[in-house]
Amino acid sequence: MSDSTASGPVLAADGTPLKRSLARALRMQKLRALMLIAPLLLFVLLTFIAPIADMLFRSVENKIVVTTLPRTVQALQEWDSNSGEAPGEAVFQELYYDMFVAAEAKEHTKLGTRLNYERTGISSLFRSSGRKVDDIGEDHVKAIENASDKALKDEALWFEIMTGGAGAETNDAPLSAGRQRLSNLTDTSFSGDIGFVPGSAISEILPETTQAYTDFALFTAVADNDVVAEEDPWETAFVALATELQADPARLDGYAGPGADALKAAAEAVAGLEPIAFKPAFLDIDKDWGDSENWKTIQIYSPRTTNGYFLNAVDLQKGTDGIEARPENQQIYITLFTRTLIMSLIITGSCILLGYPVAWILANLPTRTANVLMILVLLPFWTSLLVRTSAWKVMLQQQGVINEVLVWLGMVPDEARLVMINNQFGTIVAMTHILLPFMILPMYSVMQTINPTYLRAAKSLGATNWTAFWRVYFPQSVPGIGAGSILVFILAIGYYITPEIVGGTKGVFISNRIAYHISSSLNWGLAAALGTILLVVVLLLYWAYDQIVGIDNVKLG
Amino acid sequence: MIRSKNKRGDNPPDTINGEPDLAEASTEDAFVEFERVQKSYDGETLVVKDLNLTMPKGEFLTMLGPSGSGKTTCLMMLAGFETATHGDIRLGGVSINNIPPHKRGIGMVFQNYALFPHMTIAENLSFPLEVRKLGKSAREEKVMRALDMVEMGAFGGRRPAQLSGGQQQRIALARALVFEPELVLMDEPLGALDKQLREKMQFEITHLAHRLGITVVYVTHDQTEALTMSDRVAVFDDGRIQQLAPPDKLYEEPSNSFVAQFIGENNTLEGQVKEINNGIAVVQLDDGELIDCKPINVRQPGERTRVSIRPERVEYNKDRLQEGAHTLKAEVLEFIYMGDIFRTRLRVAGNDEFIIKTRNAPDQTRLQRGEQIEIGWLPDDCRALDA
Repeated sequence: MSDSTASGPVLAADGTPLKRSLARALRMQKLRALMLIAPLLLFVLLTFIAPIADMLFRSVENKIVVTTLPRTVQALQEWDSNSGEAPGEAVFQELYYDMFVAAEAKEHTKLGTRLNYERTGISSLFRSSGRKVDDIGEDHVKAIENASDKALKDEALWFEIMTGGAGAETNDAPLSAGRQRLSNLTDTSFSGDIGFVPGSAISEILPETTQAYTDFALFTAVADNDVVAEEDPWETAFVALATELQADPARLDGYAGPGADALKAAAEAVAGLEPIAFKPAFLDIDKDWGDSENWKTIQIYSPRTTNGYFLNAVDLQKGTDGIEARPENQQIYITLFTRTLIMSLIITGSCILLGYPVAWILANLPTRTANVLMILVLLPFWTSLLVRTSAWKVMLQQQGVINEVLVWLGMVPDEARLVMINNQFGTIVAMTHILLPFMILPMYSVMQTINPTYLRAAKSLGATNWTAFWRVYFPQSVPGIGAGSILVFILAIGYYITPEIVGGTKGVFISNRIAYHISSSLNWGLAAALGTILLVVVLLLYWAYDQIVGIDNVKLG
Repeated sequence: MIRSKNKRGDNPPDTINGEPDLAEASTEDAFVEFERVQKSYDGETLVVKDLNLTMPKGEFLTMLGPSGSGKTTCLMMLAGFETATHGDIRLGGVSINNIPPHKRGIGMVFQNYALFPHMTIAENLSFPLEVRKLGKSAREEKVMRALDMVEMGAFGGRRPAQLSGGQQQRIALARALVFEPELVLMDEPLGALDKQLREKMQFEITHLAHRLGITVVYVTHDQTEALTMSDRVAVFDDGRIQQLAPPDKLYEEPSNSFVAQFIGENNTLEGQVKEINNGIAVVQLDDGELIDCKPINVRQPGERTRVSIRPERVEYNKDRLQEGAHTLKAEVLEFIYMGDIFRTRLRVAGNDEFIIKTRNAPDQTRLQRGEQIEIGWLPDDCRALDA
């Protein structure tokens, strides 16, 4: 009879349910256990999990377009990418303001680099435009500057106009919009008092001009650490003023704030000029702005997240009609992935073939001798990986030890020396050597546990040496092979330094490409996508292995 | 020395000083023969020194001895896992020195059973049949029969790890028998079992062996096991057979002081032979007392000797002693009540460890500590052995 009768759950002596009582009793233990692992857990979280998560996130993250060209992206929504023509004047006008700020913050080249991954040539388009964007609307700027006895060339007057004078009503909206825009763009904070708040009157009459001036003020105060009232405003403020005054000169009627005369004079000065044509101006800087394909690229990559890196990582790209294959001369990643997988399998296989007899010998020798020989197996661990790999370079190269010996022996003619390095052969040889201990150790520790009487028993039952080995010993050593294979394969699939040194072009792994994108091409998104795919492939293989062999059958000792 | 040429088992050749009699080495019905076999592992010391042994078919022979006495080495040489450094091992008249183990057709039960852990019980049993290329139906039938023989018919689908020690033992036995070998070797097969199970298995193994008529060489260091199971026991020490005899003879007539000490409980008194007359040796103990003994391996007066008397053959009830028998004074040091017997520790001729065992019978007197008594025995029960 159990304690739990019809009355319900089992109760402890004090009447609380036994389960809760037990949980309470164990809580202290669990807490203590957690505290013991807490330092390592924190360390791993901070230095390993978090960076990996961040890297993985980079494979889909794409906010650079929308942070650099926020207004352009907005305006571009109206544009039909299939029209075959570049967008209209409105989009170019927004592009002007975006480009100007980006160029001041020196962020436009980054966007150029990013978009260049998707469409070659965009990089130079952005670089040249950034350089020349302040030339746009030159005549209008000059006209405003020269009007009214150069009143608007005075930076103090600009400041006064924009603030509306001491004690005037203020409007925070352009300021906070500017802060948001600039901190998105530059990844630095644009908060804090800058000694300037736009006046509410002027921001109603000349909103675009106020915004342009506010952006300038923020940048001057925060990024350049200067006093706003003592600096010449950006050309964008003049261009915005000119555009607004040309569009509707009457907007100044009734304005009585600071610099009213100067503004009116400016309005008269620009009244006679043609309105600023942004599109021709940009086309003038670089005719590629007229190419709708460039605009399409900007439009496609304007969302904050993208699958573009992943598509790229499997040799695809976003084309006009959805996803399409990359041009054949750019397809390398599928080849690299399959090559990495196949070569890792070959390396694992040769490690099994070479390591099994060694592990067998070690397991069947007396402990003393086995320990001495084990040192020989472990010896490579005590030398630097770089040294070992370089040693292989010395061995395998065409003027290397092996070739010299073969030539000296006359087995190979001098003019036809064997090519054993800078190809897959070199990578396989060197990596098999380097990873061999990882195969031998688990096999050895499993084989040690196999009692030699099993073999004797099999032989006494009539089995030949081979049958006894194959039917009795080998099945019991499979867990060791499994453990070694997993170790070697997973290490091999992510190996970098050895293929880099001895692999040449034919023998490199996917990890070498990842390293290239991390450190040379700086295409971190693509590197992250490749890394993510590699991680998923390894996890998939691990899962498959668990299904086929069973992870319980893996013994490391 | 009496030479007896007897039929199988019941009275095997006598030995003197542990030297087996070579004249007996090749009887007509010899099945297993060791002839002048020597074994050395390191080239410096001999583990087995000049082993001569003949076994007829159907015999249950136990090799008994302390660890390191060479008994397991002998078994391994017979199985083929060790090669003899010198000498000849014959099976059914054919020298097997150069035959590999798997061709010898000898069944073997190992100390740790050595059941293959990755195979089921049925697969384990079917293994020797598979390597002999038997058909599937024949295999299944034989496996079933072997399992039934050890009463494990329902366990064919299990793995060895799912069985208890005793069950594994039975399976190991069945596996060694399933391919119907004529000779089965057992290397301390019951060592890992508890006492009760061990006793049960002892009987089962002997019954099975007799029923099937197989020849068994059994290695153990447990003398009770050796005495209860065997037709003959070969007592090993120092690489030699010290005595080869049926259990009763081994116990009652040990041929040297090692065997006397090793088999059963034994009292020893040391002394010197005074004279040997009519098969009676008079021995003067170290404290001057004289006793009558049966000379076993003492030949002439003046030799040092070690006199051996079994505890249960010592008598202290004067009525039961023979007329004219020598008696010795003894002091009771300890009286232990053991239920079926009384065990009394005495001081006899300066020996404080002299044990006597008496049956717990209604008329038996219980000795008191400190009591002075006189003890004696029949001269036949008191054997003068080598010193």
